[in-house]
Amino acid sequence: MNTPLRRVAVAVMVMVVALLANATYVQVIKADDYRSDPRNSRVLLDEYSRQRGQISAGGTVLASSIETDDRYKYLRTYPTDPQAYAPATGFYSIQYGSAGLERSEDQVLNGSDSQLFGRRLVDLVSGRDPRGGNVLTTLNPVMQQVAYEQLTAKGYTGSVVAIEPSTGKILTMVSTPSYDPNLLAGHDGAATTRAWETLTRDPDQPMLNRAVSQTYPPGSTFKVVVTAAALANGVATPDDQFTAAPNITLPGTSTTLENYNGSNCGSGPTASLTEAFRLSCNTAFVELGIKVGAANLKDEAAAFGIGPHRGIPIPVAESTVGTIGDNAALGQSSIGQRDVALTPLDNAVIAATIANGGVRMEPYLVDQTQGPDLSVLSKTKPVSVGQAVSAQVASQLTTLMVASEENTVGSRQSRYTIASKTGTAEHGSNPRNTPPHAWYIAFAPAQNPKIAIAVIVENGGDRALAATGGSVAAPIARAVLDAGLQGG
Amino acid sequence: MSAPAPPSAGAFPSPPGGFAPAPPPSTRRNAELLLLAFAALITTVSLFLVEASQEQSVTWDIAKYGLAFLALFGIAHLAVRRFAPFADPLLLPIVALLNGLGLVLIHRLDLGAAQNAKFNSDPIPSPDANQQILWTALGMVVFVTLLIVLRDYRTLARYSYTLGLVGLVALMIPALLPSAYSETNGSKIWIRLPGFSVQPGEFAKILLIIFFASVLVAKRDLFTTAGRHMLGMEFPRARDLGPILVVWVVCIAVLVFEKDLGTSLLIFSTVLVMLYIATERVGWLIIGGSLLVVGFVFAYQAFSHVRVRTNTWLDPFADYHNTGYQISQSLFGLATGGLAGTGLGSGRPNQVPFANTDFIVTTIGEELGLIGLTAVLILFLVFVVRGLRTALAVRDSFGKLLAAGLSFTIAVQLFVVVGGVTKLIPLTGLTTPFMSYGGSSLLANYALLALLIKVSDAARAPAPARKKDPAPIADAPTELLRRSESRPQE
Repeated sequence: MNTPLRRVAVAVMVMVVALLANATYVQVIKADDYRSDPRNSRVLLDEYSRQRGQISAGGTVLASSIETDDRYKYLRTYPTDPQAYAPATGFYSIQYGSAGLERSEDQVLNGSDSQLFGRRLVDLVSGRDPRGGNVLTTLNPVMQQVAYEQLTAKGYTGSVVAIEPSTGKILTMVSTPSYDPNLLAGHDGAATTRAWETLTRDPDQPMLNRAVSQTYPPGSTFKVVVTAAALANGVATPDDQFTAAPNITLPGTSTTLENYNGSNCGSGPTASLTEAFRLSCNTAFVELGIKVGAANLKDEAAAFGIGPHRGIPIPVAESTVGTIGDNAALGQSSIGQRDVALTPLDNAVIAATIANGGVRMEPYLVDQTQGPDLSVLSKTKPVSVGQAVSAQVASQLTTLMVASEENTVGSRQSRYTIASKTGTAEHGSNPRNTPPHAWYIAFAPAQNPKIAIAVIVENGGDRALAATGGSVAAPIARAVLDAGLQGG
Repeated sequence: MSAPAPPSAGAFPSPPGGFAPAPPPSTRRNAELLLLAFAALITTVSLFLVEASQEQSVTWDIAKYGLAFLALFGIAHLAVRRFAPFADPLLLPIVALLNGLGLVLIHRLDLGAAQNAKFNSDPIPSPDANQQILWTALGMVVFVTLLIVLRDYRTLARYSYTLGLVGLVALMIPALLPSAYSETNGSKIWIRLPGFSVQPGEFAKILLIIFFASVLVAKRDLFTTAGRHMLGMEFPRARDLGPILVVWVVCIAVLVFEKDLGTSLLIFSTVLVMLYIATERVGWLIIGGSLLVVGFVFAYQAFSHVRVRTNTWLDPFADYHNTGYQISQSLFGLATGGLAGTGLGSGRPNQVPFANTDFIVTTIGEELGLIGLTAVLILFLVFVVRGLRTALAVRDSFGKLLAAGLSFTIAVQLFVVVGGVTKLIPLTGLTTPFMSYGGSSLLANYALLALLIKVSDAARAPAPARKKDPAPIADAPTELLRRSESRPQE
């Protein structure tokens, strides 16, 4: 019986060797695949127990992780004006994932970014808990706060986006109503669930980032693009005359379009482009738009950045001018209605492009990323994405916008000149009885622009049907510009 | 078929046949005690690591636990000293280390479960480790009792048919009981009474091994004498296939009615290997292997639970949220552990359902890494090899087959469990011997250890101690002696 016994012993050894070989395969060779599998909750739990980096704006900490004694070790907190910064920071939740910069810059913040590899290795050897890197935003805390206070003071639903024209830095990004990301970052599962349910069921959609995720008809603010297309293509000069009639019939239809309040455009039978722009005459712009043509208008819109986006790095909804199938559509589109839909960010980019002499800069929200030791990992370099209009046309547009500002409610002579365009955009299935969206885009100082801004207040704000861009949105923008240009 | 001279490790020099006092034979008991102390030390250090990394307050209680552990196995050691003085000195310390490590891991999983419960604001589950300590103590009682009661393991052969029948009935009871009293997590392998539940398969395994060892010794000639040559190998006659076919049918029945792939595979392969050892004919293995394949194909065709198991094995991620969840979590855990592991108490083994029973090996792999898993597998390998060595050394055929069967069954169980959780073979619900949480498994395996130690004692005891034929061992007609003991049953 001993020979078979010896063979059995050999067989047992073979069995153990097979087990070891297979365990090696699982634990060493296939290990990375399994470890990085998104369903491997260990990876997530590890991530939660790692100190996530900070998000900051101009020295103000917007998001940081503090140590706790529960099983996740670190609690994500948003210490400064969480509601004001929520559209930028987003939230970081164990149950509901993440949004905003928390999501877009996750790799830096959680420390898995390849730029942090060397540091991870050092941490591994030294036995120190790995930490995430920091994200420095381009936001200006003063402007951000003013913008948020301005919108919320009257309970407005809307958004403010401000950009530094020469670089594309996003100085302000506010959306109201907002939410407190702290509510979603908590470690108390039940409380987080309650907060999430409340926020997602709220008809006001507090978690919607209106600055970049929502598009609106731009209304008269779009006349800037139409004018740019006309001037750039030599279709018209500022002195060319257009109809001053209080209303106009769209070609091929019986639909009429009228000026605001049904008034004549100025005093004469015709009005110059300058006059039409200053008074924001719809009829003149329908005529101008049709003269420009759909192709030119689309090209110009694209040159101003209307279309798909790369992300800032937060994903941005795609703005569009629509298909513009016929002249009736072209007429309506020319005054920023019909299918034209812009995000507040894109409208701010339009203002910034004119302010920057026609050169469009890619907007960005992250100025720097840093390692946990504050060493700079990467610094965003401003990127020019083309000349939307010539410097000369940009200068002409600036003149027109300065004139428009002078015609706007509440304009005043201050230390600096503002170049602006208002918009009062109809929307909804019954536009006549739905309070319009109030728009205002601007930049200042007009001759040496430091800030370009777009403001939208949904549904007329507190003035309902009587709302105009000038009366509702403009004061907000001016307050933000004041905050940003203090002393300038 | 005569037993060759025992290998040197098991052989003790016979005292020179004169009247001079013989030098005391080396029993290696002190080595055993030293190894037990080592096992207690490793266990204590492991416990310390768990407590430290789970941020429990580390107190001198740990040292007390270590000492209590040492005391418990000290008693077992004294029993071995007294009742099986020549037993292999490695068997008990290996079991002590495995058992101790198992206890630490179960405690660690308790802490993890308590933390999860705290986080979810659920009531904290009662710790399993306390229960397992109780089972360990009871296991020790079983172990010591068997050592005392069973003066000579060969008496077991006398009751082989009774034991075999009890084993068979025990094995089949869960299949006959209504599911409410037998089914847990899809397998009908329990007898569940209020306040008490037992997994009879664990005990049946040992009883059946005793039965087969005895029957094979008695009827070995029947299996060996006649046969035919085919393809250069000797195959048994068709009429001798009867017994193995019966076992095969029983195992298939276990698989079908109790949905217990593991036990079925365990018992069938153990019987097959015992048959091979007894007859020395490879033909049995081929026939048995073929039957296994046939049985599996049949079961795969006919029974959905076998199909589910197989498909889950082939691609655990295909149905991740249901059937593939456990094995996927196990693979994630093992992979996260990697080569060196996360460290005791620093992993997240509680992510795997049933981490402290079927999946305790995953916990080892996650927290101690491939290195720790290898160490544990090697411990088992040494245990099994020492068992097989005992079989080689022991002089009687019953002892040989018993020791071989008991050792091999541990090897198969290990293979089925570890192979299952690492996706080498389909997952089955077996426990890891001496490590998994569970009373039945622990008690049965301590009984197994007691038997093995008894056989080992016989194998290593110097011949004169048994007052046998004073002739040199190599010349001793051991065959006859053994036969005369088992013949009466025929």
